Amino acid sequence: MTITLGHFLSLGAMLFALSVIGIFLNRKNLIVLLMAIELMLLAVNMNFVAFSHYLGDMHGQIFVFFILTVAAAESAIGLALLVLLFRNKSNINVDELNSLKG
Amino acid sequence: MDVKTGLFYLFAAVLLFAAFRVITARNPVYAALYLVLAFFQASAIWLLLRAEFLAISLVLVYVGAVMVLFLFVVMMLDINVDSLRQGFWKHFPLAAGVGALIALEMAAVLMGGFRLGEAPRAMAVTSPNTSNTMELGKLLYSEYLYPLEIAAVILLVAIVAAIALTLRTRKDSKYTNPSDQVRVKARDRVRIVQMPVTRAAEPVAEAAPADAAKENKA
Repeated sequence: MTITLGHFLSLGAMLFALSVIGIFLNRKNLIVLLMAIELMLLAVNMNFVAFSHYLGDMHGQIFVFFILTVAAAESAIGLALLVLLFRNKSNINVDELNSLKG
Repeated sequence: MDVKTGLFYLFAAVLLFAAFRVITARNPVYAALYLVLAFFQASAIWLLLRAEFLAISLVLVYVGAVMVLFLFVVMMLDINVDSLRQGFWKHFPLAAGVGALIALEMAAVLMGGFRLGEAPRAMAVTSPNTSNTMELGKLLYSEYLYPLEIAAVILLVAIVAAIALTLRTRKDSKYTNPSDQVRVKARDRVRIVQMPVTRAAEPVAEAAPADAAKENKA
């Protein structure tokens, strides 16, 4: 029994579903939300790499490269916003981000 | 079942366990460390898929840079975990439903006529003495040159934004303003005060009370 493309796609789907569950469970903790988003990007990257290998096409790996770049930029800016939020509100509870509410 | 299959199942099991612990860990530091473990397992799986360059750059970029950033931020902030954990399991039925829905949809796609069981096709331009990194580099610097430049600009924007967001100017810091120093004139620094050469002595009024106080002390 050899591993097929379906194995990797199932792994990616399970990882993605786990991170969606994580976003629902940790809806108050902004830092774990960011980690769950990183896990989602990892699941998508896993699918890209698996397709790239099984279809014999390098362009999938190029896309993973760009996703890695954008994810690094996203987490850097997200953590900077998090630090700024903590400085202003002294906590990172998502429920208390309602300053714009009328 | 060959070695590769066994390794795949091992890495996949550890990856899913680490992902589960990331979303359920009580302490955010543990969550970050489990995320490091998850990235390592994913990198090992990518090595099985012969994406060597991406596997190593995942370890370098994520474990080396992004996760260290996460750990710094987690340890820098004084987070009250208990208030964030309130009602943690309240939305679990909804979360489990959505997760199961995603998994079922993906299973339906995979079961229904998706081309599985296919042996991996060889890379189109593969020759025995070119590596994965070389092929990636050839594509990246020829066909994807402009997207590469845009990615570099995105990283630059991220650096500028992260620094500008967290920069805090202290009110009590003393610094020089070079443009003011260059544009300064002599009359800004030196003030010429006109004084008469001689001046009449002013009458001394408090002499008598001061003497009285001295006598009292003595």
